[in-house]
Amino acid sequence: MREIAEAAREAAALVAGADPALAGIVVLSLQVSLSAVCAATLVALPLGALLAVGRFPGRRALIVLLNAFMGLPPVVVGLLVYLVLSRAGPLGELGLLFTPGAMVIAQTLLVLPIIAALCRQAVEDAWREYAEQLRSLGASDARAALTLVWDTRFSLVTAVLAGLGRALSEVGAVLIVGGNIDGVTRVMTTAIALETSKGDLALALALGFILIALVTLLNAAAQVVKEAAERRYG
Amino acid sequence: MANDGRILPLVLREVGFRAGGRTILAGISATIEAGPATIILGANGAGKSVLMRLMHGLLAPTTGEVSWNGLSSEAARRRQAMVFQRPVLLRRSALANVTYALALAGVAAAGREALALEALREVGLAGVAHRPARVLSGGEQQRLALARAWALHPEVLFLDEPTANLDPGATREIETVIRAFDAAGTKIIMSTHNLAQARRLGDEVLYLHEGRLAERAPVEEFFRRPASAEAAAFLKGELPWA
Amino acid sequence: MGVIAGAVLALLLVAPVRAEERFITVASTTSTEQSGLFRHLLPLFEKKAGIQVRVVALGTGQALDLGRRGDADVVLVHAPELEEKFVAEGWGVRRHPVMYNDFVVLGPKSDPARIAGTKDAAEAFRKIRAARAPFVSRADRSGTHLAELELWRAAGIDIAREKGPWYRETGSGMGPALNTASALNAYLLADRGTWLAFRNRGELAILVEGDPRLFNQYGAILVNPARHPHVKEAWGRQFIEWLVSPQGQTAIAAYRIAGEQLFFPNAAR
Repeated sequence: MREIAEAAREAAALVAGADPALAGIVVLSLQVSLSAVCAATLVALPLGALLAVGRFPGRRALIVLLNAFMGLPPVVVGLLVYLVLSRAGPLGELGLLFTPGAMVIAQTLLVLPIIAALCRQAVEDAWREYAEQLRSLGASDARAALTLVWDTRFSLVTAVLAGLGRALSEVGAVLIVGGNIDGVTRVMTTAIALETSKGDLALALALGFILIALVTLLNAAAQVVKEAAERRYG
Repeated sequence: MANDGRILPLVLREVGFRAGGRTILAGISATIEAGPATIILGANGAGKSVLMRLMHGLLAPTTGEVSWNGLSSEAARRRQAMVFQRPVLLRRSALANVTYALALAGVAAAGREALALEALREVGLAGVAHRPARVLSGGEQQRLALARAWALHPEVLFLDEPTANLDPGATREIETVIRAFDAAGTKIIMSTHNLAQARRLGDEVLYLHEGRLAERAPVEEFFRRPASAEAAAFLKGELPWA
Repeated sequence: MGVIAGAVLALLLVAPVRAEERFITVASTTSTEQSGLFRHLLPLFEKKAGIQVRVVALGTGQALDLGRRGDADVVLVHAPELEEKFVAEGWGVRRHPVMYNDFVVLGPKSDPARIAGTKDAAEAFRKIRAARAPFVSRADRSGTHLAELELWRAAGIDIAREKGPWYRETGSGMGPALNTASALNAYLLADRGTWLAFRNRGELAILVEGDPRLFNQYGAILVNPARHPHVKEAWGRQFIEWLVSPQGQTAIAAYRIAGEQLFFPNAAR
């Protein structure tokens, strides 16, 4: 229990001291997870929307699969990506293993189903309201899907934030494909894992507090932006 | 055959619709010509909404045929517009809602805004062009839906109980716009529960009873001397003083 | 809205500019990383050679696996038999002894198996088994795990058959195993380096040390370029040569925790 108090003090000291190693770790965490979320969103939003609007054979199976993949174990995703990017694997030539690029790839795969599944749900709910009018105006399924993605954008912010939260907090995938290399692929979660295994629990916890604060800050900022936009656009 | 692009007359041949094991419409046959404003009347569950959607192409008939002057239903739909009981508007400005419809209709980007503004002016909403559509009042939203239809200059305008959710003031505004459509030559096909409104706006009545076309007559004749027993009973029930 | 997009974009573009072109990947063990040796050693080499050394710290088994797959240029582990096999099978070029540290037998200060001060590590293990005292094993094919198994063999105990609830297999690195032993007040074989750097000791203390059987030899191997042409042969060789050079060996000896030397250089002359 005294570790928690000690950790709180250490967290404050780390942040106040603007420790460059810590700054590097935080920046890398944000870079990797934000990149992954951006990449995932680009694919997940159209995918989820088309799944919501379209009617084709296998649609229900695809929805079940997408929902199930929301809970993909990060360590399994990491292992699969590792096997693909390893020199002994099909894409070894790219030399991506143990780089931030590999971490982005792994997290993108992890986060994509979450954003897509939540997008599908939001768009499907809206589709019930909009379907007749949009079809009356002559919108194709693809056009309707895009229109609904923009119209449900406030709900979709929540979906994207869910993906970002998952990316910033996972350790299994980035540990395997990144290798937790000091100064190169060490992010907040892998640093916490390392300090824990070294027995430096106070430092690990301090990093944990900083991570939680960071995620909370991001969510607060998103909420402010969302509310301002909602006021403007109804 | 259609070689002048006009989609009327609309011919319904023994049109029927089944869903969920129930027969909602059966044996509907009629030819709808350009000109008179057509009002569809009937009790709740008589099939008015389904009939409108079958005509507009949002539903496919289970039996029978819906034929627009020999054109494909896709080609015909482009010359129609529909306004629903609750206006469905996008989360953007009033103007953007109209330009969206114009974009879907294939109008070049350069001309969309001007056409949209003209439509808004027609319904008296030019002042709120840049307001978010969703913050407008119920009456304004329905007028916006009509402006959106107006910008498309449709040959046929379907209206499914357009003033059911509006107060008398807003209802009057909507009726003014509908009359403007009518005066501009747009064919009106409208369902309503408001019999006084039917008398105000309509030229002919299609009366549905339990999924069948029970009667078709010019509006005044329908109200004063209904030919069918069902229509008479309906009117008696709706107008206790008749 | 635009301000935020700009901020995100700026953030994404900031650091990747420093993508190093001159680097090698070294697969090593958790004990070398967690003891802090690399933090001390690598900057010296990087400054001299201008080559960044990226260390992926895993258990010995996994580190050698990385070498076999060609995902590392150099392997630095402490399991001489496995290393020889690695070279014999053609995955590595040659094994270079670099340094040694030693293992220690840790246990709770209360010492229920009464092993404190025992000179013979195998004898200590016999006592632990007899007392059925809680014992934590890494059970992860690491050099430490293999050394532990060797001690059970030396004690005449077939641990696979004779283990019971007292024998806890964590399947983890040195640090997590230490955490577990600390929490359970259990006996544990650990390398001195990780122990000295470990902060969560609880009731644990060194009970047995100095037995030559607790010797822990580290070797560096260049992954065979004949097997994996993409291996950075020149830079990898440079690193290994530096490790066994007088400068590298001195640097290794100079690393201390609380005044105590952890690793003892012994590269073959």
